[in-house]
Amino acid sequence: MPLDAVVNILVSGLLTGLVFGLSALGLSAIFGVTRIVNFAHGEMMVLGMYLALVIFKWTGIAPLVAVPIVGAVLFCVGYALQASLVNRILTAPEHMQFLLLAAVAIILIALLFIVFGPNAQNVALESAYDSFEIGFLIVDAHRVYAGVGALIVSGLLFAFFRFHPLGKAIRACADNLRGAEIVGLDVRHLFALTFGIGAACIGAAGCIILMLVDVHPHLAPSYTLLAFIVVIVGGMGSLSGALVAGALIGMSEALAGLLLQPSLKSVFSFALLILVLLLRPQGLLGVKAR
Amino acid sequence: MLKATIISGEDSIMFSKKNLSRRVFNAGAAAMAAGAASGLGFNIARAQGAALKVGVVLPRSGPQGKIGQACQQGVDLAVPVLRELGYPAIEQMQVDTETNVQRARAVTEKAIQDGAKLIIGAFDSGATTAIAQVCEQRGVPLVINIAAAPPITEQGYKFVFRNFPTAIRIVQDALALQKEIFAMTGKAPKKGVLLHVNDTFGESVKGGILALFGGANMPYPLPAPIAYDPNARDLSAEVAVAKASGADIVWTVSRLNDSMLLTREMVKQRFEPMAIVSSGPGFYEDQYLKTLGKVADHVISCVPTYDPNKPMTKKLRALAKTMFPDVNIDTNHVYSFEAMLIAADAYKRAGSDNAVALADALRKTDIKDHSSVGDGIRFDAKGQNMTLGLAAVQNRGGKLLVVAPKAAAEDKVIFPVPGWRARG
Repeated sequence: MPLDAVVNILVSGLLTGLVFGLSALGLSAIFGVTRIVNFAHGEMMVLGMYLALVIFKWTGIAPLVAVPIVGAVLFCVGYALQASLVNRILTAPEHMQFLLLAAVAIILIALLFIVFGPNAQNVALESAYDSFEIGFLIVDAHRVYAGVGALIVSGLLFAFFRFHPLGKAIRACADNLRGAEIVGLDVRHLFALTFGIGAACIGAAGCIILMLVDVHPHLAPSYTLLAFIVVIVGGMGSLSGALVAGALIGMSEALAGLLLQPSLKSVFSFALLILVLLLRPQGLLGVKAR
Repeated sequence: MLKATIISGEDSIMFSKKNLSRRVFNAGAAAMAAGAASGLGFNIARAQGAALKVGVVLPRSGPQGKIGQACQQGVDLAVPVLRELGYPAIEQMQVDTETNVQRARAVTEKAIQDGAKLIIGAFDSGATTAIAQVCEQRGVPLVINIAAAPPITEQGYKFVFRNFPTAIRIVQDALALQKEIFAMTGKAPKKGVLLHVNDTFGESVKGGILALFGGANMPYPLPAPIAYDPNARDLSAEVAVAKASGADIVWTVSRLNDSMLLTREMVKQRFEPMAIVSSGPGFYEDQYLKTLGKVADHVISCVPTYDPNKPMTKKLRALAKTMFPDVNIDTNHVYSFEAMLIAADAYKRAGSDNAVALADALRKTDIKDHSSVGDGIRFDAKGQNMTLGLAAVQNRGGKLLVVAPKAAAEDKVIFPVPGWRARG
């Protein structure tokens, strides 16, 4: 296989993987703090894609530029969901939490079907067929924008959790919930904020990936599954792990398509998942439970 | 004296109060209750006059949703045509497979329970294989509109009839059409690459290509094929592999969404073959033409389709202009229309919606006035129409033009095709 083909594919896989990583960041942040597994993850991502599509069709604003708007809307959705529903079942058995979010997923997908129908839709940007040529490297322009966009949003999220007082308070809840309550933090409000921030990340990922993929409601379950793989490989609750695992899965899928057989791409990511579960159950950058 | 009659066109069941004992009545009532409880329903045959209840099983949502909707337009086109030709009415039961084989099986069962006397469907080979089993088990005739996997009509089924070429025939004709195009233009590619979906249809056509290519004396070699998932979100790796192979002709066996992904990736990766030649749906679909605009131009699809010179095609095109003004009729419309034509024709000759009578009538089908490429609609002992052929259709400015075989051509083929950037 020519070297230029391998490098082209690796770069393309890396850029796509960064978007997978951004999407999984939302799932990881929510689980890391609230210990709730968001089974409506893919549905929220597809909702983000449709919001970006509507904004584009009504105003002509490109999906990448619409990231703050869609992120804000999804933040409100996530906050409301946690504050009104999930907070009520924080201490309930895990299967009840699962059922609640699975029900939210089903309702969301049904609403998307009703409003947008079953057909695939896309944004017809003028730059749709552009690519950058650097020596032997030919990279899809949208993939570059998507990868850079994912890095910027991820950087903002990391900075928020590291430097902002609210981010520090949320981390305190994740580290020691009882301690956080004793020092007077409003844990339920912080949980809702976390769900909102996670949802905003998912919405941003939806916006960005709309530049690469046509949207239809049937996409949702596959995105939920993909995010689960990324989060488990990266380490449940590890933000940097999610981003690294996203990039790794993007590249390994692309490479598997190139060197083995394209139809084996998804088999490869599942094989990676099994390998990580066997050899490093806490994930690549996860912390072993004590 | 009470006398009830259930007429089934050919035979009738009669009973009178005089012969009806309490024991017989109770046994009958129990049987009816058991039948109702098991959801079997009552297969009461109706004499002609009433509309024939037909379950139209199509992928109306999911990745193949747009194709299913195009097939439904073909079914809708049939309604006024059949009325004009004096055929009996058909009552449609519209059923959605959601592009899912298991779902196709379940909804077909349900349609039969709800009274469908004949099934039409189901576009996809996998779904059609599943519903053919259901129809055979339940003894309800199935008229296949589109599905190419050869085994469907090799099972010895008595109630399954296919008016669509098998994968082997599709490949034979595709090879012949490609050679005709190379001869017409005096240009031939040096190396090919085959990209195909790995579903039932894709694997069937790939099997046909691998079996027949070696003996077809083609001017180019075809190395190992590249398979991919029809629901793939990203085909950049597949296109990169195809490009790296050095091929100058791309042969595809695709669906709709993946045909758009493939084209976009080829443009982005600046992969400029002499042509894309398709042996499947996708590249001639309206959504492909409308979504991709000028980039969609010049793709050549060697597919079962309409013969533009046949009077029925002209009638369908004229009708489509009024019923669906923005739509190009294509394979989906034509073969779904013909499935309705076959059903109505059989019902007219059977004189009843009795399953056995309908199947017998279907076996004796001989329709000469139709639209598809081929010499009429007739079924062999396996229920397969062996007279059908293919045509090469080229996309031009959002329209479809038949460019080969020469006898059916509407315009000259453009080959090699212009580069992506040269299309605007």
